[in-house]
Amino acid sequence: MDKAALASALGSPSAFGQSQFALVRGNAFEARVKADGGAELLRLVHEKLDRGAEPPADARVPDLSATGPEGRTARTALALREAAGAPGTWTLLDHPMLALDVAGSPAFLEPDAVVVHPDGSWTVVEIKSFPMLDGSADAAKVGAAARQAAVYVLALERVAARLDPAPRVRHRVLLVCPKDFSNLPTASAVDVRKQRAVTDRQLARLTRVEDIADALPEGVCFSPGLPAEELTAAVEAVPATYAPECLSACELAFHCRARSLADGAVTSLGRPVRAELGGLSTVEDVLAAARGEYGDPDDPAVAALRRAARLRTEAMATTGAGTTLAGTAEGARTGAAEGARTGATGVSEVRPGCR
Amino acid sequence: MSLITTLARLEAVRSGHAQPAATVRHRHLSDRPLVFVPLITAGEAGAPLGALVGTDRDAPHLLAVPQPRDRDLRFAFLAELAGIVLPHVEAYADSVEAAERSETDPETGKRVKVEVDLCADAAQLVVPSRAGIDFVRLLGRSMRFRRTAEQDPETPHPAPPRVPLLGRWLTHYGERARVPGSSLLLAMTDLLGRHWASGQSTLEDQHLGALLAWIAPDGGHGDEGYRDDGPGGGAPTGAQAARRAELARDAAGQLLCPPAGPATDPAFDNKLLAPAIERYDRARTALAAAEDGLEADDRLGALTAAEREIRALVESRTRPTWDAVWRGLDLLRALPAGAHVDERWTRDRWSFTSHRDRILAGEPPQPRRDDAVTAANKLATREREQARLEAQEALDDPLVMAGRRLSGEAFAGEVVDVVMAYSESRRPSPRPLVTVRTDDRPHLAERAKVYRALNGKPQTAEYVGPALSSPDGDPDDGTVLLRITDKMGRGKEPEPGSVPEKGDLLCFTLFEHEQRGGAKLPDPEQTPWTHGGPPGETAAAAEAADAQTEEDVL
Repeated sequence: MDKAALASALGSPSAFGQSQFALVRGNAFEARVKADGGAELLRLVHEKLDRGAEPPADARVPDLSATGPEGRTARTALALREAAGAPGTWTLLDHPMLALDVAGSPAFLEPDAVVVHPDGSWTVVEIKSFPMLDGSADAAKVGAAARQAAVYVLALERVAARLDPAPRVRHRVLLVCPKDFSNLPTASAVDVRKQRAVTDRQLARLTRVEDIADALPEGVCFSPGLPAEELTAAVEAVPATYAPECLSACELAFHCRARSLADGAVTSLGRPVRAELGGLSTVEDVLAAARGEYGDPDDPAVAALRRAARLRTEAMATTGAGTTLAGTAEGARTGAAEGARTGATGVSEVRPGCR
Repeated sequence: MSLITTLARLEAVRSGHAQPAATVRHRHLSDRPLVFVPLITAGEAGAPLGALVGTDRDAPHLLAVPQPRDRDLRFAFLAELAGIVLPHVEAYADSVEAAERSETDPETGKRVKVEVDLCADAAQLVVPSRAGIDFVRLLGRSMRFRRTAEQDPETPHPAPPRVPLLGRWLTHYGERARVPGSSLLLAMTDLLGRHWASGQSTLEDQHLGALLAWIAPDGGHGDEGYRDDGPGGGAPTGAQAARRAELARDAAGQLLCPPAGPATDPAFDNKLLAPAIERYDRARTALAAAEDGLEADDRLGALTAAEREIRALVESRTRPTWDAVWRGLDLLRALPAGAHVDERWTRDRWSFTSHRDRILAGEPPQPRRDDAVTAANKLATREREQARLEAQEALDDPLVMAGRRLSGEAFAGEVVDVVMAYSESRRPSPRPLVTVRTDDRPHLAERAKVYRALNGKPQTAEYVGPALSSPDGDPDDGTVLLRITDKMGRGKEPEPGSVPEKGDLLCFTLFEHEQRGGAKLPDPEQTPWTHGGPPGETAAAAEAADAQTEEDVL
């Protein structure tokens, strides 16, 4: 399903897009890393991950082209099997295709490269175009790359399990980035055991797609060609819990956010906020509880809220600050209820499913 | 985020307008801040596309790089930037006042006071967002190891004369911005987020336009269509204005409120910038191929037009942000400064002065990696300043103190009883027992120390226990018995005004008001082997400039 098209049809288009400058630069860098049959890439793998092995020379680079994702997956599996039959050599798989079962339906994944070591073990290689400055890169971007690589590791492990003896999939992946301000590649081994474990657990716990589909009313359709109201109702049939983190991950986030705001859900301010407020989940409930009009005073969350409200009022009163602002706020309060007016729901509880 | 801030955010959601999160201004604002609104090229590490910079809100300097991948054009940009930033910084560096600093005398090993210069004020740099601070640091890193032709005639691509110096200053500003409470380099989103609670998540607060819209929804977009968005046709609420700032696009698919950068919107890159850069490239190639003077003149005209077009594009994406930063400054200036803000700014001035001195002394640029002692010192400073900031903000601002009271780290109440008592030493000193009734619930351990501000200095008291037999007869809730232990003078009778009186309203904190310096670290030459040992010869050699490749950035 094309979620970006769906989001546009719902009237909350996603803001994801890639600048062509970034695209060109990223492709140029990847091509440079993989030039000469991946000599530079294999040198980095050898240097950072497998110094004990003999240096790579005449590595095998099998052709993985085939028609359709299924064909490419089969071709990749075959190449891996062949590599397992030829110990003592380096093999580089350029853009292999892997399949991973996500919530009962196969998802096709395309790592930048997979390297088979002379000892038969496999390494995932991730090539990114953000720079590694003086040996360190942006932590958030490295984290995202590690999570991505962890999924590839899991998919490779499924392939490995079908071989006998099963080759080892290394839990240290190689992250290749431009060095400083140059276009020269440098690399760092990243341990993805934790991300692998988290993803594995999440995948195991995912509600199966059939179960979600079964829970939907008969005749629900997500075709972007439908009128917005029908689509909104259809999307609403799938429960979702919006949190601000969704904004950077999911095409439907703006839609879910509008929905969440219309419901007055406190999670739209962030998960920690929700955690702080105990059982109170809507803005109106919280504010009413703080005013003393709602909630059980023995509930610690309610008691803390009332104390917080009292202290805040007291502090504002002592300084007289905020009176001007409160004045303007009062005047505009009428418009606030309609402030978040759009309506509908999204599909976001299942993270990896959102890929 | 404390529950009080959460509550303010929820109020903001309901009212549609940001709520105050502070009653005073907690950061220093210079009278003449240098505002810097940079843009970068996507996918390149810190390749500038353009910037607005300056101290005059009505007349910013516009800098643009028509082809960001061209090294010479980039150097021209950096040289121009240096030509604006460095005179501003140096004007502050030249005006000094005398100050005292205690130093260890190398001969006697004693602490002695020495007279030194302290810059009377420091240059302040304001960028739109936190990403802008990172970019300042990145620019600094990319420039400070460059060699000019004068320093090294052999260098393949010499940098313009003042560029490495600008790199050192920007590096210093970027480093200083990591110290909590410092104000040399500020991000407008952080400033606004500190003083107002919007009705959106902190993640969304990183969008300057949206955050500003929550605080001042009708803050003059200069755009008439803007007003019509509200359902009632009246002025938009902050929430509506924020949505619009974040998402609204014109008919051509461009954001009405461009992101504060330095990253640009992909739609802008693909639809407007890329064709413009391509036209520029073509015009340049055509000019190079021109065969006679007349033809060259024509083609130079085309090239200039193409360049002007890119400059206009850069201005169209930076000017809204530039105006937003200044509107933010207006809003912040309307708040009275907190009492301790000046003291923290003085620390910034010391930091500014010490960097000036390092440059004057001809020291090499900041290394790529700090040695163990410098790194440990930096960490210790950040920790100390964090604690100092938290304490000072609470003392300056009842709203912040309310948060500390809520978490049991402070309590306020009325003095209901004072009983004079004395210590049991040979020369008895006053140790009055004070009973305070409070509604707060401080987490007091036995003999815990508490502090209150007395004429700007902290006075210490010791927790004795709950005042069971308080005169008002309420034996249970919220009465605290304290023993005052200092700041009462040397005599047997406490100095007037130094002991609370019945009926006083006081606020005691469980945290200290002033931070003590940590243990002194060894000199770099004495670094223990556990931390890599003394720097030795390798560190003494100047660091080489970055290696360069054909498709290099910077």
